Amino acid sequence: MKVPFEKLDKAFENRLRLQIMSVLMVNDRYDFNSLKELLDTTDGNLASHLKGLEKEEYILVHKTFLGRKPNTTYEATEKGKIAFKQHLDALEKLIKQQKSN
Amino acid sequence: MEEKQIHDDLASIRSLMERSSKFISLSGLSGILAGIYALVGAALAYYFVYYDIPDELNPYKHFPNEFNSLKSDTPRIVTGLFYGGDRWAQTAALLIIASLVLIASLCTGIFLSIRKANRKGQPIWSNTSRLLLFNMAIPLMSGGALVLVHLFRGHYGLIAPSCLVFYGLSLVAASNFTFTDVKYLGLSEIFIGLIAACLPGYGLLFWAIGFGVLHIVYGSMMYFKYDR
Repeated sequence: MKVPFEKLDKAFENRLRLQIMSVLMVNDRYDFNSLKELLDTTDGNLASHLKGLEKEEYILVHKTFLGRKPNTTYEATEKGKIAFKQHLDALEKLIKQQKSN
Repeated sequence: MEEKQIHDDLASIRSLMERSSKFISLSGLSGILAGIYALVGAALAYYFVYYDIPDELNPYKHFPNEFNSLKSDTPRIVTGLFYGGDRWAQTAALLIIASLVLIASLCTGIFLSIRKANRKGQPIWSNTSRLLLFNMAIPLMSGGALVLVHLFRGHYGLIAPSCLVFYGLSLVAASNFTFTDVKYLGLSEIFIGLIAACLPGYGLLFWAIGFGVLHIVYGSMMYFKYDR
């Protein structure tokens, strides 16, 4: 039986990217430092995966200043939300198939 | 892709969606304690504000003493401080009691939430707790201001209903960021507040039900559901 791996989104292959998208699905905006704390990761790692998602146009980046400190917040785009839902559907199908095998 | 990995992915998505958008360090125990403080406060307010009826105004003055708790020759302990049915003295007494109940409840709530957050290894000051407080503050501050206006203009009958309705609204607003039980507590508070508005003269009783009994009931429910 053929497993529909091609339905899985390459952009979400990395666990951290999937986690970032999950957070942005349920929060309108989330800032960099809160994400870092929540996902328990490093600056560099988080930044590079955020960049990856931005390149796919799955998230929007908002740069503002709080006093003198830069404050970067992220928001999921409509395209990103649809991609995330499709990815979840694909995961669900995979599980169902593996159960019936 | 291994099945184990898919399951791990899904579990992590589920937990992040909840952890990032819900403040789950709220402790049921703080609800129970806030309810107890409110009942004590209501008893004190009853003693100061409802108790000091001068004999000539007491509708029950012809009844014998043992049936008449309103008669002023029943022993008093602390009434000296606010004695005389003076409106401003009573206002001050109510304000002091209400502030003490509020401060005690807030301190307990903050302390227990920090303790629970530490135990679960979660941040107490996060995006979510900020949103929770902000959304709660809007109806709470408007209600608080309105209650102060009622208090100083002598509209005592509207104080308890306003407290209950606005507190209920603030809970409903906050409930998007924490357990759904908080929403039902908020709706119950609004309901009790509206009944209180229809039945003037029983404000303190409804205040005690709303802030005392309901907090204890919902606090225990949340304690058994999430804290253990």
